[in-house]
Amino acid sequence: MKTRLIPALVVAAMVASTAACGGSSGSGSSDGGGGDSGSGTTLTYWASNQGSSIDVDKKVLGPELKKFEKQTGIKVDLQVIGWPDLLNKILAATSSGKGPDVLNIGNTWAPSLQATGAFLPFDSSALTAIGGKSKFVPASFATGGVKGKDPTSVPLYSLVYGLYYNKKMFAEAGLKPPTTWEELQTDARKLTDADKGTYGMAMEGGSYTESVHFSFIFGQQHGADPFDSSGKPNFTSPGMVAGVKQYVDLMSNKVVNPSSVQYKNGPEAPGDFAKGKAAMLMSQNNADNTLVADGMKTSEYGVVAIPAPTGKKDTASFVAGINMSVFKNTKHKDAALKFVKFMTSPAEQKILDVPFAALPVNAGATPNFTKNAAEAKTFQNILATKAVPLPLVANESQYETNVGNAVNQLIAQAATGKAPSESDIKAALQQAQDKMASAG
Amino acid sequence: MTSRPTVKRAGGRGNARRLTPYFLIAPAIILELLIHILPMIVGVWMSFVGLTQAFIANWSTAPWKGLSSYKLALDFSSPIGNSFLHSFEVTCLYTVLVVGCAWFLGMSAALVLHRNFRGRGFFRTLFLVPYAMPIYTGIMTWSFMLQRDNGLVNHVLKSLGLTNGDSFWLIGSNAFWSMVIIAVWRSWPFAFLMLLAGLQNIPDDVYDAASVDGAGIWKQIRYITMPALRPVNLVMVLMLFLWTFNDFNTPFVLFGAQPPKSADIISVHIYGASFVNWDFGFGSAMSVLLLAFLLVVTGAYLLIFNRRSRRA
Repeated sequence: MKTRLIPALVVAAMVASTAACGGSSGSGSSDGGGGDSGSGTTLTYWASNQGSSIDVDKKVLGPELKKFEKQTGIKVDLQVIGWPDLLNKILAATSSGKGPDVLNIGNTWAPSLQATGAFLPFDSSALTAIGGKSKFVPASFATGGVKGKDPTSVPLYSLVYGLYYNKKMFAEAGLKPPTTWEELQTDARKLTDADKGTYGMAMEGGSYTESVHFSFIFGQQHGADPFDSSGKPNFTSPGMVAGVKQYVDLMSNKVVNPSSVQYKNGPEAPGDFAKGKAAMLMSQNNADNTLVADGMKTSEYGVVAIPAPTGKKDTASFVAGINMSVFKNTKHKDAALKFVKFMTSPAEQKILDVPFAALPVNAGATPNFTKNAAEAKTFQNILATKAVPLPLVANESQYETNVGNAVNQLIAQAATGKAPSESDIKAALQQAQDKMASAG
Repeated sequence: MTSRPTVKRAGGRGNARRLTPYFLIAPAIILELLIHILPMIVGVWMSFVGLTQAFIANWSTAPWKGLSSYKLALDFSSPIGNSFLHSFEVTCLYTVLVVGCAWFLGMSAALVLHRNFRGRGFFRTLFLVPYAMPIYTGIMTWSFMLQRDNGLVNHVLKSLGLTNGDSFWLIGSNAFWSMVIIAVWRSWPFAFLMLLAGLQNIPDDVYDAASVDGAGIWKQIRYITMPALRPVNLVMVLMLFLWTFNDFNTPFVLFGAQPPKSADIISVHIYGASFVNWDFGFGSAMSVLLLAFLLVVTGAYLLIFNRRSRRA
């Protein structure tokens, strides 16, 4: 009897424990006995990594979440997630239906994640609950989802690209910041001295996100949209090819350190700029943190809008940033909306924009991420007048990865000595487009 | 009458004895079903449906696509099928080179370190370091060493006057060779360990007898060592083949989700389709094709070599 009983008990225990694993909640949210929006509720919040490290983010957000708890009685369980893992974690949560209550997303993913149907649409009542649509900067609010549908995310931190230049290097060369792309190219050549290891421009040449961002911005300058009006990819139009060429030519023309083709983690190109190894840097405004961390003073650099070629459209950036979403199946919808309202309130924005070097998402708010008033004004002006959203289509994230990686390969080709021709660029973009077609 | 209870007890014990092995392996079977077989079945189902981003929140609503994902993968005249074929070819070349080099290095080191000499223990330990080191740490260290500007590899090559020290090792065609070298570095200690264990089972008397008969070192290796190591080689080469063909860590840690074309091996290619393009149906179809290929190759390998072993 004993012989039979022991294995049977072991098997039963195994089955029970396995079943228990399957049945456990991965949501992490718990209702501590309180109501939906009242005291005792615990929200799970996945924050994206905005500062120089995950620990820095925890230190920044911790006191704010305590403040929120004090105001509302709602506790927030914070998890800061690094960028390389964030999208896959969101996809896994979407697939299993067991995600956080509130989360940050890259605003360019908003339409793709909207298509999954996993996020709560911000309809008129949800918008009212978070303080209304009118509190947001319109350009930032427009990134919340595809046109014609209720957005499934709202802006939290706004970012735009600008052209950083080293004041001392420019002054020594007798140059002024460029106002056209042609001037930028001439300046970059003058400022390059490969033997001394200094270059005209810093580049994150292995980063697919940077590659697709600049391909898009320069494509826009040439009047090209990556998707046609019906949402179909149109990557091989002359304007798209010209936009990619404009970016890749920086490497082909040798005004960029060839080694930067391997830079892909974020801080390398700003590091080169901060250390005086490059005279210019095209980056989002949160590069300020890295520049200061690398020992550069804010007075040592200036910022202007990235210029367009003469006679072309004056687009200098896309509307970059971080949005906030609420998982549709949250058990604490009201509490989650209260938290979104808190995080996007002018008071909190004023606090969070400083450590995260972000532009405010509130209409009419003054940027305070830098003490350099000229820099703040430049970035605010770029966001208000020279920035357009990336394509608001459901397969936007696939566009980013496929085109971004195609451009990375072209930069690699240029770095190893063979400047890509227009037909090389067209072929690479065609291949990226074919991959999109396969994904349906 | 009196013997009945005894018979009953014996029957009970017999049943228990018969069932005990099944109870003992039951946990392993249950976990195998849950961890491997069930996901595999789900993967096969996914390959027949259009599971894209629009349906991942509710898989059951994904439209039935039949064999269209398989047709797309196997249509080598289309860019998608062509890139799948290219990835398959790169993987085959990668596997042949890595398994071949790992076996050769492992065999050579095992033959040398099998003999008794001063410092043998030190070398045995040293050679096992790559195998003992956490995979990610090892590959990340390599990726630092292979950097163009401040990588150790370029520095050494320049110091030796072999190059100008400005070679790219992680982009273009060099990316493939970097990946092969790292995989060989990581795999050969396993071959070394297995073969060393195999060598220790060959009695010294056989070598002594061969020596007396005038057999030199090469003849001893050819006629004694290699046949004696045959069972070890049979299993080890198969394991190395399967591990290398499915290798994900080396390319992913070195290059990320989108490796250079020269290093686009199949596991990362499938990952890209699933997690970059969010087409989990197509990614699953390619996975099923890969599984079928590996099953056929493994089956054929075992059939051929087991037959030969029986004949021998």
